[in-house]
Amino acid sequence: MAIAKVCGIETEYGIDPRGMGEKNPIAASSVLINAYVSDLQRKVGWDFEDESPGNDARGFAREGSAAPEVETHLVNAVLTNGARYYVDHAHPEFSTPECLDALECVRYDRAGEQILVQSMAAVERLLPPGQDIVIYKNNSDRKGNSYGTHENYLVDRQVPFAKLVQHVMPHFVTRGIYTGAGKVGTEAPTGDLEVPFQLTQRADFFEEEVGLETTIKRPIVNTRDEPHADAQKYRRLHVIVGDANLAEVATFLKVGVTSIVLAMIEDDWFADRDFTLAAPVQCIRRVSYDLDLNHPLELADGRRMTALDLQWEYHDLARKYADDRGLAAVGEAVGADVLRRWEHILTGLETDPSSLSGQLDWVAKYRLLDGYRERHGLRWSDPRLAAMDLQYHDLRPGRSLFARLGTERLVSEESVAAAVSEPPTGTRAYFRGRCLQRWASSIAAANWDSIVFDLGGDPLRRVPMMEPLKGTAEMVDSLLEGCPSPAALLDRLGA
Amino acid sequence: MAEREQKKRQPAAREVEEIDEAAPAGNKQGDKIKAELDELLDEIDEVLEVNAEDFVRSYVQKGGE
Repeated sequence: MAIAKVCGIETEYGIDPRGMGEKNPIAASSVLINAYVSDLQRKVGWDFEDESPGNDARGFAREGSAAPEVETHLVNAVLTNGARYYVDHAHPEFSTPECLDALECVRYDRAGEQILVQSMAAVERLLPPGQDIVIYKNNSDRKGNSYGTHENYLVDRQVPFAKLVQHVMPHFVTRGIYTGAGKVGTEAPTGDLEVPFQLTQRADFFEEEVGLETTIKRPIVNTRDEPHADAQKYRRLHVIVGDANLAEVATFLKVGVTSIVLAMIEDDWFADRDFTLAAPVQCIRRVSYDLDLNHPLELADGRRMTALDLQWEYHDLARKYADDRGLAAVGEAVGADVLRRWEHILTGLETDPSSLSGQLDWVAKYRLLDGYRERHGLRWSDPRLAAMDLQYHDLRPGRSLFARLGTERLVSEESVAAAVSEPPTGTRAYFRGRCLQRWASSIAAANWDSIVFDLGGDPLRRVPMMEPLKGTAEMVDSLLEGCPSPAALLDRLGA
Repeated sequence: MAEREQKKRQPAAREVEEIDEAAPAGNKQGDKIKAELDELLDEIDEVLEVNAEDFVRSYVQKGGE
């Protein structure tokens, strides 16, 4: 039986400090996050004790592979919605709390955008006139520097990792036809191939099929084995191959389809169906460069299929899986909506991609830029188009080109506003968020799988949260209501 | 494969039906979308970064992740 696909998205935002002389993105990120956090009651630090991002899902650390370093000296906060907001490398990063399904993930991803927007407003009040910090939700500076948008999914530890790799690889290589955020030009050598515009931001940066790294020689399937949960039972599949999406339907399908595919793998639904590609790294770029969506990819067994063909195969298998096994693991209603929209998008891509400008980032961006290009008689290499490409992702409400395009919304503004401060109710993020709302001054630190309380004289007391599905509203609301103080809570928990 | 073809035809068939019944509306929809893009393009210069070349050149990020 597939387990619940608890999921979340981490986004590293692009940051552009203006009017400050030499640009220092680390300092700017710290100032930005501090400005936001100082508006909140009290900052709670992140607890690094259980961080081990160098562990490899294949059970070894390859010689010469560089494990990421954890930067403990930088700004790092846990928010009352259960999210983490911090400086990672030289970017502000927002990690959503653990969500129960793809729609909730969209809501918290949008809440993250709102938090960045509010951070820009907060920092504007602090900076002298002429100085500004501008935030972009994209993945590339167009000069070969990339920063990530990572998805995370709870996966049953019993599934052999090789089997996960086998069936997610063709999906990750081809899903860019609807998850891509679009980009003018390329940042990788393309030989004789001319690429005026491509479907994804990230495909240029992937050089390996499977591996531990995230900053160099990026792999399509990342093997970071850091479950932030009971490691005997769970994996956290850390997916680094995606783009940052602004279009909600694109985020919904990115997370929703991937969740269904993972549930199918757990239930052995692929059986002997195998879509292993002959050369995934070449394929992922070729798919991204293929605006006509008709380039055939070679499979290991000699078959040739386009990215659309492969997505239809996965879709049809998923449809049968849903009919036979149900979609409880991803939420029945949300799963049904994912299947319906997935079919609609694939049909649209097949018949008339431009009809999807209200749903997909790359189509929306292409339509806008191509319209501008035609009107002004520009070549694709014109810097005005590159500037518009960047400005599509500008999060300032008055400057965002995306915001002017009127793409379809799946979550209301009210529910996004609530998600800025309220945690999801169906995961342990609820317990984390509620404790922070009530007792922030008694919490020394928190991380994904524990909260550390400081009640004064006693030693610090850690409450472990190794089960992502425990600590939900249903489970802890009456407990929390019955506890007038954190000391009472710890007594009740026996911590 | 046969099943896939069938599945793909279904939505296309539905589309054809709708177009049969309301072809002029379909064209109007297309015109409306084009008009919206035109309107957007009319006003977009007001919000675009003033010096595109400088902006693109100065947008430099450190790699992340």
